[in-house]
Formats: sequence, structure tokens, C-alpha cells
Amino acid sequence: MTIKKALTLSVCSALLAGNALADDKVLNIYNWSDYIEPEAITRFEQETGIKVNYDVYDSNEVLEAKLMAGGSGYDVVVPTGAFLERQLQAGIYSKIDKSKLSNLGNLDAALVEKISSHDEGNLHNIPYAWGTVGLGYNVDAVKARLGDMEFDTLDLIFNPEVTAKLKDCGIGVLDSPAEVMAIAQNYAGVDPNSESKKDLKKGAEVLEKVRGDYKYFHSGKYISDLANGDVCVALGYNGDILQAQSRAEEAGQGVNVSYAIPKEGTLIWFDLLAIPSDAPHPEAAHRFIDYILQGDTAAGISNYVYYAVPNKAAEPLLNEDVISNPGIYPSEAVKAKLFAQKAHTARFDRLLTRTWVNIKTGR
Amino acid sequence: MSASKIAWINDSYAKMTRYNFFRRVNWGRFSVVSVPYLWLAIFFFIPFVVVFKISLSEAAIAVPPYTPILDWNLEEAYVTLKISLSNYLFLLEDDFYLSAYLSSIKVAAISTFFTLLVAFPIAYLMARTEGSTRALLLALVILPFWTSFLLRVYAWMGLLKKNGLINETLMSLGLIDQPLIMMQTDFAVYIGIVYTYLPFMVLPLYSALEKMDMTLLEAAEDLGARPYQSFFLITLPLAMPGVIAGCLLVFIPAVGEFVIPALLGGSDTLMIGRVLWDEFFLNRDWPMASGVAVVMLIILVLPIMLIRNSQGKEGAA
Repeated sequence: MTIKKALTLSVCSALLAGNALADDKVLNIYNWSDYIEPEAITRFEQETGIKVNYDVYDSNEVLEAKLMAGGSGYDVVVPTGAFLERQLQAGIYSKIDKSKLSNLGNLDAALVEKISSHDEGNLHNIPYAWGTVGLGYNVDAVKARLGDMEFDTLDLIFNPEVTAKLKDCGIGVLDSPAEVMAIAQNYAGVDPNSESKKDLKKGAEVLEKVRGDYKYFHSGKYISDLANGDVCVALGYNGDILQAQSRAEEAGQGVNVSYAIPKEGTLIWFDLLAIPSDAPHPEAAHRFIDYILQGDTAAGISNYVYYAVPNKAAEPLLNEDVISNPGIYPSEAVKAKLFAQKAHTARFDRLLTRTWVNIKTGR
Repeated sequence: MSASKIAWINDSYAKMTRYNFFRRVNWGRFSVVSVPYLWLAIFFFIPFVVVFKISLSEAAIAVPPYTPILDWNLEEAYVTLKISLSNYLFLLEDDFYLSAYLSSIKVAAISTFFTLLVAFPIAYLMARTEGSTRALLLALVILPFWTSFLLRVYAWMGLLKKNGLINETLMSLGLIDQPLIMMQTDFAVYIGIVYTYLPFMVLPLYSALEKMDMTLLEAAEDLGARPYQSFFLITLPLAMPGVIAGCLLVFIPAVGEFVIPALLGGSDTLMIGRVLWDEFFLNRDWPMASGVAVVMLIILVLPIMLIRNSQGKEGAA
């Protein structure tokens, strides 16, 4: 046997071994950035011997573009409710075999029920975490401008008299038309999920009146800007704002960030574990989902990322500052006012995007 | 086997080897020449055809998210070809896209002008110095490229923001008492583009200026030309190929720029890169996004090809 032949053979056998490995010992996960306790992955690898390839994204749109192009190669992805709802219409997810999930009973049944509006019978998803869109504010800066009042109101960003006073210290709003418009429509007193032109216009009018007082529309910048004091009010995701809060504490520059769920009601969102229909390793995917459903794993994630997990078994294991934080685990009374955002039709999306650009650019 | 048949086989074998030999020589020559064409075909033409094809379909909730142009069914024996021009018609009807194209071109033109203004003295200095100084200047122009582009834009955010380095310095010097608002403005976008694309302008200018025959300037001086006259009558016209090449290298990517306006610009900066993003990600309308991209390419490429063409003719004359 020549050296060349020997090399070729050994390369071939290595490839074969690699293939055999790929059948059951690899798992490709695509999740949001900073959305898991890093040790949770290591522990899963040690317990199961499955090698995890962990990729991250920072917007539902990016995830959707990859999935819709086909052949993404991912086994577990974590879309938000309304996105999963629409993606189901394209048939890109396979049903989850719940008989393989021994920890299914840990789920919070009341929350799971809410999700069935996105996925009839919840056949294709297992909830991963949930949260709200609300107000992050710099306590001292806002108090200095508005005096003593309760800050759990959308007046902070939607009432022109209030925003005029806050303009100089900076207001940042998510650059996410569907979510912000739903909240604005709800503030204007119409159905947040309405697709009628009239209701959209009412929501748009709310934003047009205050747009000039906003510093920017952006979906990520407000985290560091709140922490540094570059903006003093932001409409954003609760976990992001709590992250800004802890960053501000660490920096020790005297910036005091707080989060409030507006009393007018706001969006509740669910990020859902799902298995793409072309997932190469569905077995490993089920094992991972079952692992996430364990009380200790879920609690570890919630303690680390500051988002709520819909897991009853996790509750006793949550840190005191997490479970007692109303920004993460709100009271039942507050929860009752939260609404989920439904997937829109393509026609309405086009109308909404245009309305949004017009608001942003002041056209 | 008959003798004639063997002769025939020998003959055709000889022909074949000759043919093969001939082909091998040609193939070698061909492969050398074809590399750039192959490159263009793989990285420009094929992607363009794919994008163009998508722009002729319609959006759908499916994988991939658009309708097929060509559809066939062998059992029922039909082939349908469905080409939709609705995306292009919509582009024409709606003045929103026109104003997005125009505002992108405006931003790119202003940035290109300022890049030229900043780059010319740098290139001039580089071309007029010798040896190690020139090597040092060249390194200074190229060195920032070794750092990630994103990192450099973030560095600008640190400089320009409300409590950033520039504002802090000016305030502590007592020159201003209110911080200047520079972030989230068009000004920040221009700074970002000029800074990022500077080397693309400097290098072509430098190579044009370096080739210049210095005796021409001496001659002009002898004939009584003042320095500014010889600059405008001799240096600038001779540097023109470099100016045009540099301006194109800056202008073309600046029109489609997405990252710099997204990070440094305000929400009201309307640029075609952002419109493309919205079509693709928010409307999930890949065909419309492809249509916007194809039209942008046509708007950019046609005038540029005309310029290159007229230049080529001048060069030949």
C-alpha cells in the first residue's frame, strides 16, 4: 500500500466515522444571543454525549430568512409566537413528539393555553421563555423632569406634553413596527391586533405626534444607552432593560435604571422551541427540549437571562431577586392586561412597513 | 481485423492525438484568459441572474418564499411559465422608492465629494515624498484596514456621542457649554462614510499622481505659471483618471450603504439599503426586494459604463 492510498483510506474512514457521529451525536441549535446559561449547554453535552453546535441570532427576521430559504441544517430554533404562527403556514416545522418529553408536566398550563392562539393545539412548540415589552427609564433623570408620579404609564412615550419634557434627555423606541404599532393602537383605544386601515391610522397618529421628541428607533442600542445615561426612557424588552439596569449598577456612575409594565396594558411575547421539518437530528432535538423542560435547567436560564420561564418546577429554584421582580414575573392582575400579538397578513405587513417608514422619516 | 481497418484506426488515433495536443495548448491559453471572466461569472453574473429571476416572481408563504417562474407536471403534461412584472410596475408607481433612490444618491454624492477633498492632499503628499516617508504614509493609510470595519464605526460612536470624547474635550476647554448633538444625524453618516472609504480614494489618486512627470511643473513655472495655475492646469487634469476611479470606488458602495447609516444615522435617514432590508425582512417580500436591487444596479451601472466607455475612447484617441 502506498502512502497516498493509506492516506486516502484513513481520510475515508474518518469521514465515515464523522457521518456515523452526525446521526445521533450532534445537535445544531439556533437561539437568540445571550439567551441561555452557558453551563446549561456544557451539562447537556456531558449528560448525553451529544455535541452541541450553538449559533445565535438577534432578530426574528434573520431567523425567518434562514428558515424560509430552506436547508438551514438547524435542529432546534426559538422563534417568537407571531413568527412561528406565520411560519407554520409555510409548513417549515415538524410536530413535536410529546411522548418523548418526560418533563412535559412541568409547564405552566395557563401560559401554554395562551400560546395556542399562535399554534392550534400547541402541536409544534414548547415554550422557552416569555416576557413583556415595556418602559425602561432612568429614575433620577425622569423624576427631575416630571416630578413625583407613577412612571408605569405609556404617557412617558406617547403623550406629547410628557415627551416634550423628556426630549432633552433622550427617548428610544424599538424599531419593530408590528410590536410598537400594536402597543400604540392599544393606547389609542383600539384592538391592538386590528388590521383595519382606520385603526392603523389611529395608532400612527399617536406616534406622529411624539415622533419629533424621539431620539431614535432602534432595537438594540437602548441597552447600553440606558446604562450610560444616553437615553432616559426606552420602550424595549423587559430582559434587555433589566440587563441595562445591572450594567448601570456595575458601572457605578450613579445611573439608576428601572423597568415598568405600563398600566394601559402591553405586549406579552413567547419565545418557542420548535424543530424545523428538515432538521437532521430530530432525536437529539427532542432530548434537548426535554432537558430544557427540567426544573433546574429552566431555573438556571431564568436566573441568568432575567426572563421568565413558563416552568412550575423551576419556581422554587429561582433566585429571590428574579422571582420577586415584578418586571420578570408580574402579578396575576398585571398579567391579565397583557395581550399577545397575532401574525399579520402580507397585505397588512406592507401597509404597516410603509406607515412605519413614513413615521420614522417624518414624510 | 483487416489491414485497412487497422490503418484507419491508426490514422484516426493520430488525428485524435493531434487534436488533443492542439486542444491542450488552447485550453491552457484559454484558462489563463478565462480566470477573470470566470470570476465575474461566478460572483457577479450568476448571483445577478438569480436575483433577477426572483424579481420576476411573486411573494408566497412557502419555502422558498416566492412563486416559481417555471412550473411543470409530467403526468398532466403541462409546463407553465409565469413572469410577473408587477414588482417593477409598483416601483414606478410609488414615488417612495424614487425618493429613497434620490436621497441615497445625494448622501453618496456629498460623501464622495468630501472624501475627494480629504484624500487629495494625502495622496499628493504621498506622491511627492520619497523612500521611507512614502512607505510610512502608505502604511498609515492602509493600517486602519487591519481593524474590523464595525469596530471602527463603533469607535466613531464613542467619539461623537453626547458624552463622548469630542464633546467632553470641547466642554472642558470651555468652547461650548451644551454638548453638540452629532450622533443620529446626517453629519455622522457623512463622517462615517468619508472615514471608511478614504483609502479607496487615496490609493487611485496616489497611483495617478505618482506617475506624473514632474518636469511638466518645472516647465509651467518657467513659463510663468503660478503654483495654483499649474495645479489646476496640469496636476489636476493629469490626476483625472485617479479622481474618476476613486470617486467611483467610493460612490458605488456608498449608495447601497446600510451599516453606517444604521449605526450612526438618525431614524429619518432614508436610504435604499434600508428600504431593501425592510422589503426583505419586514414585508418578507423577496421578489420586491430583488426588484429594488436590480433597479439600483441599473441606475448605478449604466451611467458608470457610459463614463468608462467615453474614457476608453479618449484613451484610444
